[in-house]
Amino acid sequence: MFPCLVWGFGMHISLSVNDRATESEVEPRALLVDYLREDLGLTGAKVGCDTGQCGSCTVLMGGRAVKSCAMLAVQCQGAEITTIEGANPATGLTDLQEALWTQHGVQCGFCTPGMVLALQQLLADEKVLTEERVRRELAGNLCRCTGYQSVVRAVLSVAGQNGGPVDE
Amino acid sequence: MSEQVLGSPVKPREDPALLRGEREYTADLVRPGMVHMEFLRSEHGHARIRSIDTAAALAMPGVLKIVTGPDLEGHLMPLPCIWVPGGVESHFPPHPYGLPGAGTALATDRVRFIGDPVAAIVAETRAQAAEAARAIRVEYEVLPAVVTPQAALAEGAPQLHDAVPGNLNALWSCGDAAGTDKAIADAPVVVDLELHNRRTINSPLEPRGALGEYDARTGDYTLTGTSQSPHNHRFLLAALVLGIPFTKLRIVSPEIGGSFGTKGYLYPDMPLVLHLAKEVGRPVKWTDDRYGLMRSTVQGRDHRQYAKIAGTRDGKITALRCTSYANLGAYPSTIGPGVATALMGRSITGTYDIEHAFCEVYATFTNTVPLGAQRGSGRAEATFLTERLVDRFAATIGMDPAEVRRLNMIKPEQQPFDNRMGWLYDSGDYRETLEMALERAGYADREATRRSARERGKLLGYGLASYVAVCGVGPSPRIAKEGMLGGSWESANIRVHPDGETTLTIGVTTTGQSHETTFGQIVAEEFGVDLGTVQVLHSDTFRAPYGQGTYGSRSFSVGGPAVRLAARKVVDKMRAVAAHQFGVSPEKVVYEGGKAFVPGSEDKAKTFSDLAMAIWYGWDLPAGMEPAIDETSVFDPADFNYPYGAHVAIVEVDEATGAVDLVRYIAVNDVGVVGNPLVVDGQIEGSIVHGVGQALMEVARYDESGALLTDNLDKYAIPRAYDVPFFELDRTETPTQHNPLGAKGAGEAATVPVAAAVTNAVCDALAGLGITHLDMPLTPETVWRAMNEATVGKGEKR
Repeated sequence: MFPCLVWGFGMHISLSVNDRATESEVEPRALLVDYLREDLGLTGAKVGCDTGQCGSCTVLMGGRAVKSCAMLAVQCQGAEITTIEGANPATGLTDLQEALWTQHGVQCGFCTPGMVLALQQLLADEKVLTEERVRRELAGNLCRCTGYQSVVRAVLSVAGQNGGPVDE
Repeated sequence: MSEQVLGSPVKPREDPALLRGEREYTADLVRPGMVHMEFLRSEHGHARIRSIDTAAALAMPGVLKIVTGPDLEGHLMPLPCIWVPGGVESHFPPHPYGLPGAGTALATDRVRFIGDPVAAIVAETRAQAAEAARAIRVEYEVLPAVVTPQAALAEGAPQLHDAVPGNLNALWSCGDAAGTDKAIADAPVVVDLELHNRRTINSPLEPRGALGEYDARTGDYTLTGTSQSPHNHRFLLAALVLGIPFTKLRIVSPEIGGSFGTKGYLYPDMPLVLHLAKEVGRPVKWTDDRYGLMRSTVQGRDHRQYAKIAGTRDGKITALRCTSYANLGAYPSTIGPGVATALMGRSITGTYDIEHAFCEVYATFTNTVPLGAQRGSGRAEATFLTERLVDRFAATIGMDPAEVRRLNMIKPEQQPFDNRMGWLYDSGDYRETLEMALERAGYADREATRRSARERGKLLGYGLASYVAVCGVGPSPRIAKEGMLGGSWESANIRVHPDGETTLTIGVTTTGQSHETTFGQIVAEEFGVDLGTVQVLHSDTFRAPYGQGTYGSRSFSVGGPAVRLAARKVVDKMRAVAAHQFGVSPEKVVYEGGKAFVPGSEDKAKTFSDLAMAIWYGWDLPAGMEPAIDETSVFDPADFNYPYGAHVAIVEVDEATGAVDLVRYIAVNDVGVVGNPLVVDGQIEGSIVHGVGQALMEVARYDESGALLTDNLDKYAIPRAYDVPFFELDRTETPTQHNPLGAKGAGEAATVPVAAAVTNAVCDALAGLGITHLDMPLTPETVWRAMNEATVGKGEKR
């Protein structure tokens, strides 16, 4: 996971993380997820696989879900990054998080921050969601605890509340 | 508060913080001055280490310390194995205390599997440690490797351990060999089945991690990491690896990101971070990554089985026999040999009354990652075999597989039932769950459903599997007989504070099972108080009462009763104090709904808070009563418990591609009394997907040199959301008599029949082509090849 590149010198990046302007010196090889977790202390994004398979490291970049283990920090020059810490309301839960709680769509919680962000983007984009669509959209986020059952139920319940017809 | 708390679908109190990403996992932890450890792992399946040159690595920036196997002599003893095949001769790598050993923390002269750690590097950053690992030069003499048990047992096979002749850990058996052989010889129908229940990788989303701290002033060690059995690991690490007093080691488990069995083992990193923290004088953290997990965290299943089922033409099963070659991997994992033998072998008669049965297991070492538990371990392997055999038997005599199951199932009036292999089932109506599942699945209309799928170019199949799964490990003397070196009781402590708030501290550790809610529900129910007033603590050996660990679906069914017993001690004390204040005898006082009162004088009731305060002050207590409420109970169950159920899988196989689509899954389970249905259903749903994964896609592949080909999630497939439909769940609730809660194991039981149900469904779909059995995983390639061979064999063109 640590490509042997030129190291020991930093590159300057300026970006917005959770609506705060941030300036940093980062190694060119630093992954976005390591930058967020280690330099900024934002540990909500988790590292599950290092290969872009599991989605535990999902964050939003300009509102789009991206896997932060598959991006370099230096690629985020000028970007707007939102992590789970920035997506949370000051207190309590978003409608999506509330629905996940009602359905117990979280067990060990390791995949959860990434899943919440991926689903938040999906719900922002789409007013009409079918079960099949939700399952396809969740393909980038692995969960080993819930079997996805409660997660899909939760998303469909929120999509229904948003006023869109829920076609199962 | 009068409504029932225990048994209600209370939304888990830990979920909001998890949904906000606020709970800390091992990888998230930071300590002042913390440095990082990385491993250099073997790149060969089997090799002799000729030399290790660390000079260049040591000179690299940030590198503080590098240790290899010989450096650990006199500091760390080899890891122990604590579950040996019971009642038979067995052979293990050495441990200085004469116990079964499980290998040294770092390889000394030889590496025996692809993930075997050769050196540990400590550096200021993780990246520096990883860079240094790559700069270490190891000269290997590559040795021939063996990756299957049968190859390892063959004459002239490469030998893994000097102390293990022929690579055979043990030949373990149970049941009646002679009677079974005779019954098979006498039977009108005998069906053979040879199958490979292949190696799987559990793959929790969180890789393992460990943070070691050492206080030079006191000599105290603290290990914070991904341990699902902190108390048990404390005992093993302190006494058998580090050689320090129990009091010098504290183990804390922060949030754990799933385990499914893998995090209950001792691993080399655990003593190493402690030893190295002492050596470098700073906290040392190790965080595994997915590549490391795939090649070093225990793997599951892996039995090659040769079995026979015998019976009559009218469907009565008379005998079952199995010879199994179990692949233990390169070293015995902490409990691997027991999982591969007793947990599998004693379970092969399943839900059936089979008069003659016998199982033997060759537990064998090979050059692969050590074998441990995968959700449903042992029992899932046994159930897969049994349920495949029953289907094969039904097909051979031309009988409906549901009917064969009905005919042979143990009847409720036969309970408790001695399964003749060592388990005494406690309770249950197995047929009831089968009928419920069949009804829900529309089994009676299956031919019509099949025809309509056929019109769409799909081959539809129904797969049945019933199961009974030994769970809730305990009592202690019973597990000793099975070769387990350890106890199996659990404990709980309750303190009631003067303001009426309660702290419950439990010995068991959660890896995602909502313990803080469910265990709190037991107390809230007993006390008649709001769940919000009950705090639940766990997973810190300094604070928590002892526990033996979360494994074998034992937390709620063994730890839960300890909580109830402790709560009842508190209620008894409160009742005695109330009686003293009322001037009546304690029998006259009722405690209900959070109040103690004498019936008829409810207006003078004392509330829980009143009594908590009174006992705290201690001004007016019955003679001889100790002030304060601080009660501990320890529970060792009367016997194991036996959840059961029946599942039906309905699959459609695409004729053109061989792709298997799981279209419906019906699961009826009985896990005894349910503490929180929302939590239990979550466990059941997750359990089912583990089984679906094994059936359809999961397999760990090694090449002949012992290289692991499936070393990350891009090569080892686990189910994604689109691989499964919504499941259809139902339950019966038959209490076990073996604990006062009546609860049975629920964390893994529902995994046990799934691979069998799905495989039976696929084989049913393909039966028309003459296909009788397929080994998992049933990938499109496997299925397409089988279909192609079957049809080409018949002279048809595809």
